[in-house]
Amino acid sequence: MSHKVIVPIGPYHPLQDEPEFFQLYVEGEKVVDIDIFIGYNHRGIEKLSESKHYDQVAFLVERICGICSSSHPYAYVLAVEDILGGEKNLVPERALYIRTIIDELQRIHSHLLWLGLAGHFIGYNTVWMWAWKYREPVLDMFEMITGNRNNYAMFKVGGVRRDIKDEDIPVLKKALDDLVPALDMFKGACMDDPVIQARLKGIGILTRKQAIDWCVIGPTARASGVNIDVRRDEPYGACDHINWNVIVEKDGDVFAKTVVRILEMYECVSMIRQCLDKMPKGEIDADVKEIPPGEGIGRVEAPRGECFHYIKSDGTNRPVRHKVRAPSFMNVASNKVAAVGQTISDATITLAAVDPCYCCTERVAVIKRSDNKKIMNGWDLIKLSQEKTEQLKKDIRVLGYQDLEIRGLGD
Amino acid sequence: MNIRERIKEDLGSKITYWQETNSRRIYFTIDKKDIFKTVEFMFRKLGLRFAIASGMEMATDFEILYHFSYDKTGEIYSMRVLIEDKKNPEIDSISSIFPGAEWIEREMWELLGINFKGHPNLKHLLLCEDWPEGEYPLRHKNEP
Amino acid sequence: MNFKLKALTKSIWVFHVSAASCNNCDIEILDLLTPRHDVERFGIQLIGSVRHADALLVTGIVNKKNIPRIKRIYEQAPKPCVVIAVGQCALSQHMFRFGYNAPDPLDKVLPVDLYIPGCPPKPEAMIDGIVKLVTKLRKSK
Repeated sequence: MSHKVIVPIGPYHPLQDEPEFFQLYVEGEKVVDIDIFIGYNHRGIEKLSESKHYDQVAFLVERICGICSSSHPYAYVLAVEDILGGEKNLVPERALYIRTIIDELQRIHSHLLWLGLAGHFIGYNTVWMWAWKYREPVLDMFEMITGNRNNYAMFKVGGVRRDIKDEDIPVLKKALDDLVPALDMFKGACMDDPVIQARLKGIGILTRKQAIDWCVIGPTARASGVNIDVRRDEPYGACDHINWNVIVEKDGDVFAKTVVRILEMYECVSMIRQCLDKMPKGEIDADVKEIPPGEGIGRVEAPRGECFHYIKSDGTNRPVRHKVRAPSFMNVASNKVAAVGQTISDATITLAAVDPCYCCTERVAVIKRSDNKKIMNGWDLIKLSQEKTEQLKKDIRVLGYQDLEIRGLGD
Repeated sequence: MNIRERIKEDLGSKITYWQETNSRRIYFTIDKKDIFKTVEFMFRKLGLRFAIASGMEMATDFEILYHFSYDKTGEIYSMRVLIEDKKNPEIDSISSIFPGAEWIEREMWELLGINFKGHPNLKHLLLCEDWPEGEYPLRHKNEP
Repeated sequence: MNFKLKALTKSIWVFHVSAASCNNCDIEILDLLTPRHDVERFGIQLIGSVRHADALLVTGIVNKKNIPRIKRIYEQAPKPCVVIAVGQCALSQHMFRFGYNAPDPLDKVLPVDLYIPGCPPKPEAMIDGIVKLVTKLRKSK
C-alpha cells in the first residue's frame, strides 16, 4: 500500500474534552492502544424497570436495542417464567413455536444488516445495498405477523400476544424460498471473492484463550473456536423440537466471523420452515395473573450473543431488581486486544466485526500518540478502509491470484 | 463427579447457604473474604464462563450475585456475597483473574457505590464525568 | 437568510446525530438510502461532516452525556440549518422520561423545526415529513 499523507478532513479539536466511543492511539500506521468509552446510550433502564409493572417492562426492554428487538423481551419473559417454574411447564406449545419463529426471523434480519454495514466499511457498497434490499422482505414478514417492522411487542409472560394466521403461512414460506437464492449470492460474493479473503483474513484476530478470558459470546466466540450457543446449551422455545447445527470456526479473524454469520442465516431459514410445518394448533397464552416472590434468570441467543436478564420479585406487581446484560457489553470490551496491533485502515472493520450497534461504530477517533492530536474521525477511517480494498483489487489484477498468499476456502 | 458435587466438595464449609430453585438454577452464599479464591476455582479449575454480576441494595446490606454458566448442561451457578458495611462497602476485585470482569465492576462502583479493591481502572463507565459525587442512581434514597 | 433556506430545499444534505437512541430510528434512517426507498434520487444525501449539513436528523432521548455534544454539533453546522427530531424519543423522551439520566427533551436543547413521531417512524413517514418541511420552507416569505 503506498504511503499516504493523512490530511484531516472536517472539524476537529486537538484535545476534545469529550471522548468518542472508540479512541485509537496510533504510532505511524499501527494502532498501539484503544480506549473505549460507553455510556452515550445509557438511559437508566434497570432503574426504570423498578417503577413499572411486569407487563410494562416487556415494552420497556424492547427498546434497549432496536436490532435485537425481540431478544431482550424474550430473555426478560424467560426470567419471570423461571420464577414461575420454567417456560416448558407454563407456556402452551403453539406459543413456543411462534416465539422461535420470531427469534430466528430477527436473526436473519440482524445478520443481513451487519453484512451490509461490513460491506460498506470495506468499500463494497453494492453488498450494502443488496443486503439491505433483501432485508426488506424479512421486515415485511414481521409486519404481516406482528404489525410493525421493528419493536414487535409479541412477548408476554406466559405466551405471545398475537397468533400467526393459517392463511399467512404459505406467504411466509414463499418469502423464505425467495430469500435462499439471495443468501447463495451473498455466500458466493463474500466467501469466494479473493479480494474479500485477502482483505479480511488474518485481521482482528481474537485467539481462543483471549475469547475465554474476556468472556465473549455469540458469533464472536464461535468464530474463535469456543463452541457455545444458548439455543443448544439451554434450549428454549421450540429449539429442541427441530434439527439445526451450531456453526463454529477456529481462526478468530474477521473472515471467520463473516462466515459464521452467513452460514447461520441458512440455519435460521431451515429452522423457521420446520417450525411452520410442525406448529400445532392451540392456545397462545397461559394467562398468568400473579408473580410469586423469588429470583429468576432468563437467557436467549441474540444475534450478537447471549442476552442475560435477572429478575428478583417480592410478590408485588413490580420487579424489585432487574439486571440487564446485553451481549455487546462483553464483546465490545474484547476490542482492547483484537484491535491493538492492526493498521488504521483495518480498524473500522475490526471494531465492527463484533457487531456493536451502528451508533457505536460511527463515533471513532484516531489520536496520534506522540502529540495527542486527533487526526481522523469515523468517516475518515471508513474512507481509509475502502481505499485499502481498492488498492488490493489493483494488486490482485497486476500480480495475479497466485502471488498473493490466499489460503483456499477449505471446509 | 458432576459440577455441583465438585463445588460442594472443594468449597466445603465456605458455603453458608445452598438453594436449587430448579434443575438449572443454583444459588449459593459465601463470605466476602473468600471471593477471590472461589472465583479462581470456578473460572480456572472448573472452566465455568462468567456471565455477569448483579449488585443490589438491600435493607441492611449490599448483595452481589456473580453468575457463572456451565455451558455443557446449561446450568447457572449464582454466587451470592453480602457486604454488611453500608457506609463504606468494599470487596476484592476479580478482574485480575480474568479481564472480562473489569467493566461490570466499574458499573457497580458508579451505580451503587461499592469499592472494588485492586481494580486497575475504577473510572466512570456509563455516567458522565461530572456526575455529582456521592449520588448512586441504583440506591434507594428515601423511596416509599 | 430565507433565500438561502429556499435554495437548500432543492437538495438537502443531512447529517445524522444519535443522542442515546436504541438504534431503531437510526436504522430506519439508513433504510431511506437503500433501493426500496432510495431518497438519493430526490437529492437527499447523508454526509460525513457537519460543516456541510443543511439538516440535522436527531434521534434519541438526549441523555446527560450527550447534551454538550449536541450543542457543539449544532453550533458547528452552517446556518441556516433545520433540525428534525425523528422518533418518539426525540419528541418527548418516550418511556424513559422520568429516568435519572434524561434531564431535558430535545426541544429544550435545540430549536426543532420538524417532528416525526413513531417508534420507529416508518421510512414512508420520514419522507412524508421531509416533504412537508420542504413545502413549508418554499412557501415561507
